[in-house]
Amino acid sequence: MPKRVETVVLHDSSTPVIGNVQTGGNVILTSLEYLINQARANSLWPLTFGLACCAIEMMGSVGARFDLARFGSEAFRATPRQADVMIIAGRLSKKMAPVLRQIYDQMPEPKWVISMGACASSGGVYNNYAIVQGADQVVPVDIYVPGCPPSPDALIYAFLKLQAKIKRGGNSKNLKTLRIIESVTGPRTLEEVNA
Amino acid sequence: MQLVKDVVKPIVSGFGITAKRLKHDKVTIMYPEVKREQYTRTRWRHVLTRYDSGLERCIGCSLCAGACPARCIYVEAHENTDQERYSPGERYATRYEINMLRCIFCGFCQEACPTGAIVLRKDFELANYKREDFIYTKEMLLEPMPLIKE
Repeated sequence: MPKRVETVVLHDSSTPVIGNVQTGGNVILTSLEYLINQARANSLWPLTFGLACCAIEMMGSVGARFDLARFGSEAFRATPRQADVMIIAGRLSKKMAPVLRQIYDQMPEPKWVISMGACASSGGVYNNYAIVQGADQVVPVDIYVPGCPPSPDALIYAFLKLQAKIKRGGNSKNLKTLRIIESVTGPRTLEEVNA
Repeated sequence: MQLVKDVVKPIVSGFGITAKRLKHDKVTIMYPEVKREQYTRTRWRHVLTRYDSGLERCIGCSLCAGACPARCIYVEAHENTDQERYSPGERYATRYEINMLRCIFCGFCQEACPTGAIVLRKDFELANYKREDFIYTKEMLLEPMPLIKE
């Protein structure tokens, strides 16, 4: 993989910093990192974490008709220690938010989060005191899926997009940097990665 | 003999079920290559439609915004003039924004629209990486101009 050098502006500190952040692997292990990313992307083990009705569609996507197993994500794990990707499926209440954060912290790096459905992504129709207005207030979300609930093929599309993101991403150390970069510049398209 | 009855026979009959199933059609939809046929009343991505003349149907009345239970539609209307005509009515929408993440695809906007401007079509591939990308502007929602027949 070629080494990428990007100029980013970090917005999360009080004083904006302009500088170069390098992502991509080191010289010796670049090909290995590419291989590891391929392996990571093609065996994403989701965490069984259904919060509401979106979980029904999440379960449906593993069934025979849509078959998430074709992309290596059939092994839903009931423990965060064995999971790679957390699908926040449903509305996240404020009472549930600390639990979600704890489970996210218990997941081993590298980890990804899919925010599934309108409620998890933005609060949706529940604009009230009880619901967190977007799960990204609690955990860093990698990909958002709109819909109420998203159909299984919409979720599979999100999985494919997440895989594309992992395949072009750096190693786990660079993942946080990458998240900061992508939050500013936006993720690259597949054409840009292949170029 | 007991061995055949207890072991071989159940195995054979078990594989018989498998063999019978082999000729069934496969149920899996090979999604990224093959997309399943959506139901007729499926509601997904919004489209702002045009008349055949190319004029926009939307007249900027904000009834969709009023009907929206998630309050995800924002409409800003402006007067049409004879020099700049966007819709056949008096007014048109200068800004028309939908927050796709808040939207629950209930179709109330489609029902409320008096001119049939906003319709929910069947494009479900909406997942994206950033929350900002989900504010769909009028340019993104508007149908392309119809081809002018010679």
